Amino acid sequence: MSEVPVSWFLTLSAVLFALGVAGFLFRRNIITVFMSIELMLNAVNLTFVTFSYQLKQVSGHLFTFFVMVVAAAEAAVGLAIILTVFKNRATLNIDEMNSMKD
Amino acid sequence: MQLWLIPIFPLAGFVINGLFGRRFSKALINTVAIASVILSFAWALKAILTADLSAVHSEHYFTWIQSGAFRVDCDFALDRLTAVMLLVVTGIGSLIHIYSIGYMAHEGGYYRFFAYLNLFMFFMLTLVLAANYLVLFVGWEGVGLCSYLLIGFYFDKQFATNAGNKAFIVNRIGDFGFSLAVFYIVKHFGSLDFGTVFRQAPGASEAVLTTIGLLLMVGACGKSAQIPLYVWLPDAMAGPTPVSALIHAATMVTAGVYMTARSWPIYIHAPGALEVIAIIGIATAFFAATIGLAQNDIKKVFAYSTVSQLGYMFVGVGCGAFSAGIYHLMTHAFFKALLFLGAGSVIHAMAGEQDMRRMGGLRKKIPWTHWTMLCASLAIAGVPLTSGFFSKDAILLGAAHLHMWIYWVGVFTAGMTAFYVFRAFFLTFYGPYRGDAHPHESPPVMTIPLAILAVLSLGGGFIDIPKFFLPYFYGGNPPEVPENMGLMLFASSAGILGIFLAWLMYVYRPKLADSFAGGVKGLYTLVYNKYFVDEIYDATIVKPVVGGSRVVLWKGADAGLIDGIVNGIGTAARTVGAGLRQMQSGNIRSYATWVLAGGVAVIVALGVLLGTAGGVR
Repeated sequence: MSEVPVSWFLTLSAVLFALGVAGFLFRRNIITVFMSIELMLNAVNLTFVTFSYQLKQVSGHLFTFFVMVVAAAEAAVGLAIILTVFKNRATLNIDEMNSMKD
Repeated sequence: MQLWLIPIFPLAGFVINGLFGRRFSKALINTVAIASVILSFAWALKAILTADLSAVHSEHYFTWIQSGAFRVDCDFALDRLTAVMLLVVTGIGSLIHIYSIGYMAHEGGYYRFFAYLNLFMFFMLTLVLAANYLVLFVGWEGVGLCSYLLIGFYFDKQFATNAGNKAFIVNRIGDFGFSLAVFYIVKHFGSLDFGTVFRQAPGASEAVLTTIGLLLMVGACGKSAQIPLYVWLPDAMAGPTPVSALIHAATMVTAGVYMTARSWPIYIHAPGALEVIAIIGIATAFFAATIGLAQNDIKKVFAYSTVSQLGYMFVGVGCGAFSAGIYHLMTHAFFKALLFLGAGSVIHAMAGEQDMRRMGGLRKKIPWTHWTMLCASLAIAGVPLTSGFFSKDAILLGAAHLHMWIYWVGVFTAGMTAFYVFRAFFLTFYGPYRGDAHPHESPPVMTIPLAILAVLSLGGGFIDIPKFFLPYFYGGNPPEVPENMGLMLFASSAGILGIFLAWLMYVYRPKLADSFAGGVKGLYTLVYNKYFVDEIYDATIVKPVVGGSRVVLWKGADAGLIDGIVNGIGTAARTVGAGLRQMQSGNIRSYATWVLAGGVAVIVALGVLLGTAGGVR
């Protein structure tokens, strides 16, 4: 079968990452922001796997495992924080969480 | 010999009266103060009588400064010059202390007065006993301090505190010259000890010695009220009269003359400096005498008289007649202290009145004061056989020997001296009584010192000071000054003429004085206003210095520059902080933006770095 050029994978990964950044910066809902963060992490995972395939080395795969573990832990903690914040403020609008200013 | 005891007695008096005097009774304060001075006098007398005065007797107490090869010891020394000064200072000091018991009896701050007076005695005796220039300077500064404290004794009066400030500041200008002289002596002779310096003096160059001599003279001008630094002495009359008598007539102001006479080994090899001293002396003598002619305040007349007589002393010293200068110092102490104390007695009798135009006819009312002041006036006028006659003639003969023109000016000034002193005398004691008070004679505690001083004024000339100093100055070979009877008699006749003129204008025809003054209105105004010297100084020196200090240094440099820098740093920190604070808006999205921007920057930087380092492997 014909090869899918490696550059296509990398482009896809870059686009996904860019979408993740855009979502992270421009969305108002905190949960959407978190989803964008997950999107960015997965885009990076794709990049790692691509290079692992291209260079015939296994370290890329291994790193992907690490990233997924970290993403899972972070999602758990982050959602716990969001729940607490929502209980206190009754809003998920990221612009209204600015009580850290001086 | 324990010379240190001589100044320590008055210092103890100061400490005791100063610390505890507030709770003492007047009798106890008197006892402490008088006893300390009399003990000092007695000890000085004992030391002088038991010492062999053909050599210098010095005592070393401790090493004050030791810096490499330079060393200054705290030493006291006793020689002939010191002996005369000690007796004058302690003797006249004791009499004035006793007099002050009566004079200050009704004044506030009684214990403070005697404490300061004792402190002054301590410093003056340190000055006189010093065996090197630095210990002398300690005494020099100390008497200046006491002068300031005592002139401003009535500290609630603005003019008194101003006068105290003026005295101290003008003195400091002189002290600047003295300090420069001390530095130069150290540089050239490596030591400040009198013995060491004077032994090396003949070997030094004339230029060096002249410079030192002139700089020392600047100091003497300040302390001894010569032109141009005499302006503080007339204002110093704001202090109590015993202060004027002790400090500004008999002792402190003579410190300059003493110091100059003490430095004779330097001066005899610097004739240029001596000439300058003589010229300053005679100019001051003449100038001050003219001002004294027109003053109406009795103390001011005597103040200008002091300036004038100090000028005479410097003429003596400046013409190489050192012993004549010291002789006049001693006799002047007698009659000037008596004049001031007598004036104090008059003021005391007149309940504070000092203007002679409101006195008159006091001859019968205060006879003791009248007769003692007559003795003093005769002495200062140089009437033959009084003490002033001998000393003044010694000076004038010394002057005639070197510079005849100084003799002529001196004789004219002697005439003026006699005139203004007897003008004061006649205005006060003769004629109709023009005042309002009820004059009464002073108590014996005041009149007995007056009597003692009167005896000294008349007979003090028979203490043969020139003979006493014969083996001292010039190392025993003074230049021969021929006795010229003609010159001596001419000088006294000028004095007698002055007395006669004063009698004519103030007793015989009292209207004559006013009509004469009216005839020379411009000159009279000039002289009465002391030639406007104070005003000139104020306009040319005081106002520019104060103004420059205020505008340039205070507002410009201190408030503007230094405060500006310090405050500016604070303001800058605050401004930067206000700018950086924008980052902490609490807005999570802007935080995220910053994270992104930072991340991009790091990646770009890494890319550039790796790119320049040869690309990725």
